[in-house]
Amino acid sequence: MKLNHLIEKIPLKIQTPTVNFNVDVNGGYISDLLSDVMAHAKKGDIWITLQIHQNTVAVATLKELAGIIVIGGKQPAQETIKKAEEEGVPILTSDLTAFELICELCKLGISGSR
Amino acid sequence: MLKIYTADLHIHSCLSPCGDLDMSPRKIVATAMARGLDIIAITDHNASENIVAAMKAAASTPVTVLPGMEVASAEEVHLLALFDGLEPMAQFQKIVYENLGSFGIDPRTSAEQVIVNENDEVEGFNERLLFGASSLSFEQLVAEVHRLNGLAIASHIDRESFSIIGQLGFIPDDVPLDALEISYHTSLEQARALYPDARRFPLIRNSDAHYPDEIGRQITRFVLGQPTLEEIKLALKHYQGRKILDVE
Repeated sequence: MKLNHLIEKIPLKIQTPTVNFNVDVNGGYISDLLSDVMAHAKKGDIWITLQIHQNTVAVATLKELAGIIVIGGKQPAQETIKKAEEEGVPILTSDLTAFELICELCKLGISGSR
Repeated sequence: MLKIYTADLHIHSCLSPCGDLDMSPRKIVATAMARGLDIIAITDHNASENIVAAMKAAASTPVTVLPGMEVASAEEVHLLALFDGLEPMAQFQKIVYENLGSFGIDPRTSAEQVIVNENDEVEGFNERLLFGASSLSFEQLVAEVHRLNGLAIASHIDRESFSIIGQLGFIPDDVPLDALEISYHTSLEQARALYPDARRFPLIRNSDAHYPDEIGRQITRFVLGQPTLEEIKLALKHYQGRKILDVE
C-alpha cells in the first residue's frame, strides 16, 4: 500500500507538500514516546503520534518510517515541518483520534503485525 | 572563600499531588539539616506556593532553600527550573499557570495539593490539577527559564516516563540546558554509557524526594563561594574555582 493511496481514502492533511508521498507503507506503529518508537517501530511503518516536536523527524529518518500522522487536530511545530521537508519525511495531520484513525487504517489493510 | 556545599536540588513538598503529606516545609528543612545538606530546592510539579514557607522555615538554620519548580512541557518532558530569588520564580509561575490549562481537581479522585505556612499550618489547597502539562514546548520553557536568569536542568533523564530521552528519544542539538539530572536508579557510569547525550552536559544528582525518608538519597557536592544559584551556575561551567566536586 502506498502512502498516496491512504491520503485518497482517509481525510488527512498534507503538511509537507514538497515531500514524495509515493512511498510504501508496510505496517503501522503508534506511540508518543519517541524512545519507544526508536526501539520498536519497523522500517516502512506509518507512525501515528500526538508529538509535534522536531525530534519526530529524526526518529522517522533513523527508523526509515513511511511517514508520520499527527492526530487529534494538532499542528506540527514549524521547525518540525521545515526539518521534515529537508529530510524528505512525509507528515500528515488528522482530526481523528488515534483509535478512530487506526480503525480506518485497518479497513485499508494496514496492520500492526509484521 | 571556597567551600564544599552538599546540595539536593529536587525535592517535592506536600503541594505536589504525589508528594507525601508529611513533606511540610519544616519537616523538609529539618530532615535536610539532619542529613547534612547545605542547599536544597523545593521543586513541586508546575507550582511554587510552598517555597516562601520553606525559606522562612530555613531562615534560622544553616540550610539554604532555593526557589524552583519541576515543570512539564507540552511533550510531557519534566524540566527542573531553579531561580535566584522569589521575583523571577513568581514571573515563571505566572507563565506556567497561563499555559497549564484550567483543569480543576476532582476532590473524589485527586490527591490533596496542600499549601502550608512556615509553621506547617494548612493555609489552603491548590485547586488546579498540577499533574497536567504546559502547552509550552520544552525549548520554550528552557528559553523562559533563561530569560529569567534561572537554571534549566532536564529531570531524571534515565527514567522512561517524563524524561527528555523517554519522551523525545534524544536531547535536541540546540537546547541550551545547564545540566542533566541522573536519578538514583542509574549510576553515573551507566548513564554515560547508555546516553551519549549525557557527555555533552554537566551531570548532577538529586533525590527527587516525595517522602521525608528520600531527602538526600542522592546529592551533588559543589565547590562554591556562597550557597547561591549564581555560584551554582559558575560551578556548572567550572569557572573561577567553582565546580561540581562529585555526584553521589
